[in-house]
Amino acid sequence: MALSHDWRRVRAIAWKDLTTERRSKAGFNGVVALGVTILLLFGFAMGPDTQAIRDAAAGALWLAALFSAVLAFNRSYQVELEGGALDALLLYPGARWTIFAGKLLANLAFVGLMLVIVVLVGIVLFQVTVPPSWPLLVGVLALGATGICTLGTFYASMASRSRAREVLLPLLLFPMLVPALLASMQATKALLGGDLMHEADAWIKLLGAYDIIFLVATHLAFEHVIEA
Amino acid sequence: MTSSPIPWVPPKAGRWPWFGAFAILFLIAGQVLGIAGSAPDRDMGDLEKIIYVHVPAAWVMSVTFAVVMYFSLKYLWRRDERDDLAAAAAAEVGTLLNGLTLALGMIFAKPTWGVWWAWDARLTSTLVLFLIFIGYISLRGFVDDTERRAQWSAAVGILGAVNVGIVYMSVRWWRTLHQMQSSPATVDPSYVLPLRVNAFAFLFLMIYFVRRRYEALCLDRAAEHAAEAAALGGA
Amino acid sequence: MAQPTSELAIDATGVARRFGTRWVLRGVSMQVRAGEAVGLLGANGSGKSTLLRIFGTLLRPSAGAVQVFGHDVATAADRVRTMLGFLAHTPGLYDDLTARENLRFAAAMLGLEGAHDAAANAALDRVGLSHASDERVRGFSAGMERRLAVARMLLARPRLLLLDEPYSNLDADGIAMMSEIISGVVRGGGAAVVVLHELAPAAGILDRTVTLREGRI
Repeated sequence: MALSHDWRRVRAIAWKDLTTERRSKAGFNGVVALGVTILLLFGFAMGPDTQAIRDAAAGALWLAALFSAVLAFNRSYQVELEGGALDALLLYPGARWTIFAGKLLANLAFVGLMLVIVVLVGIVLFQVTVPPSWPLLVGVLALGATGICTLGTFYASMASRSRAREVLLPLLLFPMLVPALLASMQATKALLGGDLMHEADAWIKLLGAYDIIFLVATHLAFEHVIEA
Repeated sequence: MTSSPIPWVPPKAGRWPWFGAFAILFLIAGQVLGIAGSAPDRDMGDLEKIIYVHVPAAWVMSVTFAVVMYFSLKYLWRRDERDDLAAAAAAEVGTLLNGLTLALGMIFAKPTWGVWWAWDARLTSTLVLFLIFIGYISLRGFVDDTERRAQWSAAVGILGAVNVGIVYMSVRWWRTLHQMQSSPATVDPSYVLPLRVNAFAFLFLMIYFVRRRYEALCLDRAAEHAAEAAALGGA
Repeated sequence: MAQPTSELAIDATGVARRFGTRWVLRGVSMQVRAGEAVGLLGANGSGKSTLLRIFGTLLRPSAGAVQVFGHDVATAADRVRTMLGFLAHTPGLYDDLTARENLRFAAAMLGLEGAHDAAANAALDRVGLSHASDERVRGFSAGMERRLAVARMLLARPRLLLLDEPYSNLDADGIAMMSEIISGVVRGGGAAVVVLHELAPAAGILDRTVTLREGRI
C-alpha cells in the first residue's frame, strides 16, 4: 500500500533525525541556551522599565524562537551532508516529499520543545501574567512554530548545500516569515493583554491559512530542490 | 534532460525594441499630461504628482513578479533553461522597479509626513517584497551549477510570489488594527488619464527591459553551449 | 562466472554530463548485459564516478540516455532504484546510530515488509559485523563502515550493483567477501559495474573492463 509505505518513510526519517539529535546532546542544549540569551538581551534592550519589558514580551519571545530555530534547521541537513548520507537517502525508492515531511516533524518536535522552555523562561523574565485564555496561546505557539518550521526546513534544504549557508538561510527565510511572525506576535500580544478587542481571532485565522498554504507549497516543491 | 546538444540559438531581437520606443513615447506623454495637464492637489500641491510615477511603478512591479512566477512554473514543468533565464531577467527588473517604488515612496513621505519612512501598509509590504527578491537574486549568486540554480530559483520564486498577497494583507491588518494615518488612497478623476498613460509607459518599459536582459542572459548561455559543443565534438 | 544473457542491465547511449562549463563526460556509450561484471577504470577526473552516479539515478545526464533493465533512469527513476545496489565512495551512514539501527532505518525506507530485525541481522551476519551490531557507527573503522554499507546495499536484494572503489579500506577477508557478493549477484542473473583505480583485487571476478579517458571511452 503506497500510502502506508510513505508514512513509514516519514516516521523512519523523523525517528532517525530525533534520535541522532538526542544522542549528540550538545545541539538541543545549545539552541535553548541561545534562546534564553536572546530573551535576556531583549530585556536589556527594552528595559529596565518593567512595563516596557512586559509590552515587548510577545515580540521578544518570537524573535528569540526564530533566531534559535534557524540553528536547528541547518543542523537537520548537516547530518546528511557529513559522510554523504543524502545520496543514500535519495537512493531509496519512494516519494521525495516523505523526506521533507519526516524532517519537518523532527524539527517541529525540536523547535516545539525549545519554544516551551523559552516561553516559560520568558514568562519569568518579562514578568508576564498567564491569561485565562492560555490554551489558545498554546494554539498560537503551535501554529507559529509550524509556519516557521515549514519554511525553515524547506529553505535549509537549499541553504545548507550552498556557499554562505549561515547568511543565505536567514536572508531567504526571514522576509518570507513576515506574515507568520506578525500574526504570531500580534495574537500573542493580544492574548497576553486579555484580548479586549478580539483581535487574536483574525490573526489566528491568517496564521492557519498561511500554514496550510505553505505546507502544501513546500511539499510540492521539495522534490525539485532536493534532487538538484 | 536527455536531449542531444543541438546548436543553441539565442533569441533574436525581433519586434521587441518597439516596446522600448513606445515606452519612451508614453513616458513623455504621461509626464506632460501629469505635470502640465492637471491642477496641483488641494492639500499637497505639486508633490502629489509623484503619485504619477510611484503608483504605476508599484503596479508594474506586481505584474513583473507575476511574470517571475509564470516562468518559474513553466521551468519546473518543461525544464527548458530559457524559462529559467526569463524568470531571472524578470526578477532583476522587478527588484529594480521595487527599489524605485520604495525610493519614490520615501521621497513622498519626507515632505508629507516629515519622516523618511512611514510604517504605512503598502510601503512596508513593498519593503518585505524587496527583501524576498533580493534573497532570490542572492541565491542565484551563490549557486554555480546551472541546473541546481534553475531548480532552486524556480522554487524560491514561486514561494515568494505566493507570499506577496499574504504579506500585504498581514501588514495592512497590522496597520489598520492600530489606526495610523491613512494612505493617499482617493484619486481625483482628473488624475486618471496621466496615471493610465504612465502605467502603460512603465509596462512597456518593463517588457522592454526584461526582454533585453533575457537576451543578454541567453547570449551568455549560448556562448557556454558553443563551448560545450566544441568539447563534445572535438578531442 | 555466469554466461552473459542477451538482456541488457545497462544500455547507455551518448551519455554526456557537464558541471557549469566543464564537460566531465563527453558522449559515453556502453552496454552491460545481465550476468556480467564490468570494471570501470580510468585516471582521477576521468568521469568514472560521474558515470556511475548517472547509472544510479543520482545525476541526470546533460545529454544521452541510459536504460537499466529496460527502464529509463530519467523518466522511471524510482523503478530503477528498486533494482539498484549502490556503494558510494563515502559510506553515508549515521554516526550516532548503531549498526543495527542504520540497517533498520534502511529497511523501513526500502519498504521491506515484515520483521526488519531479521533482515538486519541476516545482513550483518553476511558481512561479518554481527559482533558489532549494537555499537554506534562513530566508533567504526573505515573497513567496518564499508562492510555496513555493503550490508545496507544487500537489504534491497539488488539486481544491479554499482560500486565505487569497493575494495578500498578492506582487508584480505573483506576483499574476499566483496568479490563473493559481486559474483553472487552476477550469477543470479544480475550485473555489476565496479569503478576501480587498480585492477588487482577484482581481477578474478570481472568479465571485462572499460577505461574512461577524459570523459570518453
